[in-house]
Amino acid sequence: MSVIAPNFKLSGFIKSIIDDAVWFLLIFSLIGFPVIMMVLFYIPMPVIDGELLTPFLAFTYLADPTRTLPIIQAFMTTDMFKVMAFPGFGFAALLAAGTIFVERKMLAKLQLRVGPFYCGKVEGILQLAGDGLKLISKEIIIPAKADKPIFWAAPVLFVASAAAFVALIPVAPGWVVADVDMGLLAVFAVIGFFPIVTILSAWSANSKFPFIGGIRALFQMVSFEIPLILSLLGVVMVTGTLNLSEIAASQSSFPWIVFLPVGAIVFFITMLAELERIPFDLPEAESEIVAGWLTELSGMMYGLVQLGTYLKLYAFAALFVVLFLGGWNGPMIVPPFPMELATEGIELGPVTAKIGGLEPLLSQVITQEMINGTLMFVLKTVGVIFFILLPRGVFPRIRIDMLLSLGWTKLIGLAFVNIFIALALVYAGVLGPGGLQ
Amino acid sequence: MTAELPPGLAIQKVDERIMTLNVGPQHPGSGHMRIIVQIDGDYIVACDPDPGYVHRGEEKMAEYRNYITNIPHLERPVIHDSCNVLYPYVLGVEELLGIEVPERAKYVRVICSELNRCIYIMYWLAIYGIFLGHSTMFMWPAGDRELLIDLMEKISGARVTHAHFVPGGVRNDLPPNFEEVCLRQVNYFEKRIKEYAAVFYDNPILISRTQDTGVLSREDAIRLGTTGSVLRASGVNYDLRQKEPYDVYEELDVHSPVMKEGDSYARSKIPWLDMLESCKIIRQALEKMPKSGSVRVKLKPNPKGKGLDSVYKRVESGRGSLGCHIVSDGKVEPYRLKLSVGSFRNLIALPYLLKGEKLGNMPSVYWSLNYWPVEADR
Repeated sequence: MSVIAPNFKLSGFIKSIIDDAVWFLLIFSLIGFPVIMMVLFYIPMPVIDGELLTPFLAFTYLADPTRTLPIIQAFMTTDMFKVMAFPGFGFAALLAAGTIFVERKMLAKLQLRVGPFYCGKVEGILQLAGDGLKLISKEIIIPAKADKPIFWAAPVLFVASAAAFVALIPVAPGWVVADVDMGLLAVFAVIGFFPIVTILSAWSANSKFPFIGGIRALFQMVSFEIPLILSLLGVVMVTGTLNLSEIAASQSSFPWIVFLPVGAIVFFITMLAELERIPFDLPEAESEIVAGWLTELSGMMYGLVQLGTYLKLYAFAALFVVLFLGGWNGPMIVPPFPMELATEGIELGPVTAKIGGLEPLLSQVITQEMINGTLMFVLKTVGVIFFILLPRGVFPRIRIDMLLSLGWTKLIGLAFVNIFIALALVYAGVLGPGGLQ
Repeated sequence: MTAELPPGLAIQKVDERIMTLNVGPQHPGSGHMRIIVQIDGDYIVACDPDPGYVHRGEEKMAEYRNYITNIPHLERPVIHDSCNVLYPYVLGVEELLGIEVPERAKYVRVICSELNRCIYIMYWLAIYGIFLGHSTMFMWPAGDRELLIDLMEKISGARVTHAHFVPGGVRNDLPPNFEEVCLRQVNYFEKRIKEYAAVFYDNPILISRTQDTGVLSREDAIRLGTTGSVLRASGVNYDLRQKEPYDVYEELDVHSPVMKEGDSYARSKIPWLDMLESCKIIRQALEKMPKSGSVRVKLKPNPKGKGLDSVYKRVESGRGSLGCHIVSDGKVEPYRLKLSVGSFRNLIALPYLLKGEKLGNMPSVYWSLNYWPVEADR
């Protein structure tokens, strides 16, 4: 007996939704509502500012800005908000999604084609959402011989490592998830996780092409970590600190790329290799080893790895901005807020509208410096990301032996040249800890 | 134990270090075929190309159809190069039936043949680009190919499988005003493909990747029987358009490109130079072509050969020498038809070239052989 999928009908769809709603209301009113009333009867309500918090008062909090804004302000200063939303995961994921869209459209323009066009009416702006939905709805197929717990864990670990990297990036003065004094060392430690996760995923798949891809990724990442670390030593020497926020703050007059261009170039090239971008995308070389270490990943596991890859791309671009391009420093282009509106209110004829909690929010949390710093940071990061994406349209892939000789001979030599430049600058007294003297 | 094995079988020693990879038939880096590659670390120790996944029995099918109905299915082996695939068959049938082709038809055939060569090479170049990870070089030739496909559509009415060559000439005359349009399109096409040098052939990464890889010496190229661009990249100046001119090629100035290096880079550059040469040939042919006249000799329905007879004709296709041996026994259909294709001969060189190479060189060496799996299988 064959099974035929039922035809989709809009009327049936609406009917099913109405059915669900009716059942939900029925169950809620018969069981849920009495339960809530019983809970409210037995639990004493808190007293805030001398007022008993009744459910009615809780609803007024949502509509009254003088009560809502302090809550928002308190929420924005919590670690939860930093991790989930602004300098952390949400902000980075938004930029990463933008990066994917820009990459596809830019590459399409370069190659004389249109790129994503239909999804979302305007230039295919919803294509990424469509791709994400497709990946979620796909079946996850695990190879029979795979080492299943590790194979499952690897994509999650990859995203976790990328998110840990994002957490170390200072976006605006004071806006960083983890402001550690050993920030740059922590960055090196997080970067060291990626090859481990990659080889775990590749090896646990128990398949030939992922294995070769994983070995290639291991070679590439490990051999390029050395020039990566060496190229950043120059910045540490002239600033005298490992704290990323302090490094960014020290470039208020000049970005370090002016004095250490060699280090910046070496870091940029090693960055491309660490990110597995063309021309260094050997671990995913599709004409040689199918998709490299991603071959056996399917469905949302592949989607997670892609998310991690683009988070990593954002984090590396942001690290380049913080270390060499001055982070949030830049001309103040955001106009000052009209604070008298917040303190004195807006005169609307006979009525003066005044919002109570706005003034502390604007002067303490969302300040002019924060908005301007974020804007500068995003502009610089987008510029760096553009230059990371560009080689994909211009260069073919290079070979593993050429890659290794480039990493071990040329880039390490250039990194040492950079260190000597930094030494000379420090000993000549041109530069010292804290910027230009 | 080994002594009791039947002849032809041998026990293979399994080395723990050697890993056997099945590249294909479902692999983005193989065509419709399989390459069994044995690697030791990153080095290829042995390679065994395994074609035959798209065998369609073209030769046997030809024995059941008459000389005219053979035309559409015989161009299926390489639909991008359909005029050149059909060319030796048409020349052979004309000799069997004793037909003299009008002068204008010969020129039209040369123009179609050169246009088709460019269309094929553009497709080949696109895949060569993506094999090396250069996605721009995939999109540009695939787009610029449309210029010439439009021209062929104007001539024959079909975009890819034209079935335009028939014994006795070509199917239709050129459309009015064709010469101007063709000249304009071909000039623009030539300008476009010259731009590829900046992004692809002069690209330092491409040069460092393909130079001195898969070197085929002049002696080996002759010994292995390679043809076409592979032979000319190894320094042998052998082009059937010059050596055995068919139709009106002897009246045209053909300078086939030759390079001495014999490496992947030379093999990938020769087809590109071929396209530039084709543009020149098309311009010459447009100039020398008689402006009017018949393009087709009307044949009797169901033409027959004159008794027991055989003929072998060959032309220079996009992949090298392409021969067609037709044996006739005086009936309406050929007794035997044999296609001798350049793809299969070039593939023979693959195990020799890949031995000792790195795995990363496999796609570039493989595709530089100017190989079309469907044609090799027929």
